[in-house]
Amino acid sequence: MNWVTFFQQLMNGVSVGSLYALLAIGYTLVYGILGLINFAHSDVFMLGTYFAFFMMAIFLLPWWLSVLIGVALCAVVGMSIERVAYRPLRNAPRISALITAVGVSFFIENLGLVTVGARPKGFPRPDLMKNVYILLGARIQGVTFWVPVISILILFVLFYIVYRTKIGIAMRAVSRDMETTRLMGVDVDRIILYTFALGSALAGIGGVLWACKYPQINPLMGIFPGWKAFTAAVVGGIGNVVGAMLGGFIIGLAEILIVAFFPGLTGYRDAFVFTILIVFLLVRPGGLMGEAVREKV
Amino acid sequence: MSVRKLFVVVLCVGLLLGGVVSAQETIRIGANLEMTGAVAAYGQMIWEGVNLIREIVGDTVLGKKVELVLVDNKSDKVEAANATTRLIDKENVVAIIGPAISGSMLAAGPICEEKQIPIISATATNPLVTQGKKFVFRACFLDPYQAAAAAQFAREDLKAETAAVLSDIAQDYCVALGNFFKEEFEKRGGKVIVEQHCKTGDQDFSAQLTTIINANPDLLYVPNYYTEIALICRQARDLGYEGIILSADGADAPELFSVGGDAVEGLYHTAIWDATKGLNDIGQKYIDLYKERFGKDPNMFGALGADAYLILIHAIERAGSTDPVKIREAIEDTENLDVVTGKVTIENGDALKPVVVRKVEGGKFVFVKTVTVE
Repeated sequence: MNWVTFFQQLMNGVSVGSLYALLAIGYTLVYGILGLINFAHSDVFMLGTYFAFFMMAIFLLPWWLSVLIGVALCAVVGMSIERVAYRPLRNAPRISALITAVGVSFFIENLGLVTVGARPKGFPRPDLMKNVYILLGARIQGVTFWVPVISILILFVLFYIVYRTKIGIAMRAVSRDMETTRLMGVDVDRIILYTFALGSALAGIGGVLWACKYPQINPLMGIFPGWKAFTAAVVGGIGNVVGAMLGGFIIGLAEILIVAFFPGLTGYRDAFVFTILIVFLLVRPGGLMGEAVREKV
Repeated sequence: MSVRKLFVVVLCVGLLLGGVVSAQETIRIGANLEMTGAVAAYGQMIWEGVNLIREIVGDTVLGKKVELVLVDNKSDKVEAANATTRLIDKENVVAIIGPAISGSMLAAGPICEEKQIPIISATATNPLVTQGKKFVFRACFLDPYQAAAAAQFAREDLKAETAAVLSDIAQDYCVALGNFFKEEFEKRGGKVIVEQHCKTGDQDFSAQLTTIINANPDLLYVPNYYTEIALICRQARDLGYEGIILSADGADAPELFSVGGDAVEGLYHTAIWDATKGLNDIGQKYIDLYKERFGKDPNMFGALGADAYLILIHAIERAGSTDPVKIREAIEDTENLDVVTGKVTIENGDALKPVVVRKVEGGKFVFVKTVTVE
């Protein structure tokens, strides 16, 4: 393997990894505040692509507007899921909420299969995303460049919301102690609703960017990216936003490099990722950043 | 006896009689198809084809109505086996139209063999599907035959000296095609310089393709299914691959174009059938009705689904009986039967017919030639 090829493989890894990172932020955000792993996150991710797709295909809206509406609809879906599925279980044991999350996930997937059908659809992409640029001999798609940029922008917005707004203060308070926060006169349910809106909008953005890289959408498309992003969130230290990004890049690179260096192990690509998950859970359950940064976002 | 009790009794008797009467007057044929899951498009197209051909040739045989019983196998091997057992034990079918893909057909076959119910797949092309089995059939040609045709076309017509193979290791169909292609391509003096693999459901092939492009082959053979082919073509072109891409009959789905877009332009593939012109009367009728009904060109899967149905119906007619063992013998005796995709002969469970090569031009498949393996 020569240097150009190696560099190309690195870029391939960064490209996949940045998408996992974006998704992982959504998992980690909701977990950090509620202590709930929202398994429906990966399905909201899928819904985001379909919303945007139908806006373009049926209402013939321009790309950027379709995506904006898609992301907004995701936020609405996220809030509805919270309202219908999680709020009634607020005081139930944590395992009940977890199982409900899995149930919601299956529900959305199968609803998708019934309503839009299992056959994949091609997702339209703007030139900005699909143009190919050449950097040091490596060929890089527009989307590969934009995803990390967008992820970092999102990080800034998140930090601003969480640390500089009243809602953010309330979110941090909820994550520390829900009951006390309620006693202080904060409408906890509303804050949680906002958290879900934020997390689901992130899933929507992630979905659209994913579809820009792999322009094929189907109702089950969220499952594997979701699992891998979840792994990334755990590797980075669940609850920690910077850790989630780091975890995403690690998972993406690990996945590409194992195929690049050991073609015979291609079939174990996904197994390899989940092995990383198991190893981390055994050896360092707090993840890479879990201990270094105590403050949870 | 109160009126209500009487009503219930009458209802029960009625249901029983109804059941008996319908059991005598219909012939039940099972359809074990991929209606959801990874290759849902195949199963749905086959189901369309089966229903369409029933409108053309009618839905009766031996003076009895043919009833189709559809069970979804979710594109999954285990579900395909369960669906087969259910069709035979609970639905009492006399024959089954089997799963579209080889892996699922390999799971369903042994059950039919044991219970002595003939099963015919429209499109499963792996040799193991029918090997050593008496009750398992297919309406299409085999993987080695198709791969040999592809290799011959690559060497003789495309003049490729070197080739790379990127196949899906989770699918028996893809692995077999890749191996047979390599064997035949090298037998004809070419060289397969790099072999890479992927797995069903993968969306990212950049690592494999980067390795392949680094080796710079004349031709890339991708004997996979349409979702993977479309994404592979996209990523190969984005990563700068400029050589020829050749695939197999798994490419034949409209999603290839909606997902692949301009990246699949110039893609060659081996196919079972070309939908622009019928090779016989029934083929033309099928094409006309399909276009009228769906407003687009028919696909190979639907056509082979129709073939599978026709082969079964003609066999039942020749057997003159609904005894599954007699039907099985009649299927094996099928010779030069005119079906939608041309003339078919069944030999050792397999269908024999020439291979069509097509190329993507302007967002659709264009007929190139037919190949008979020498």
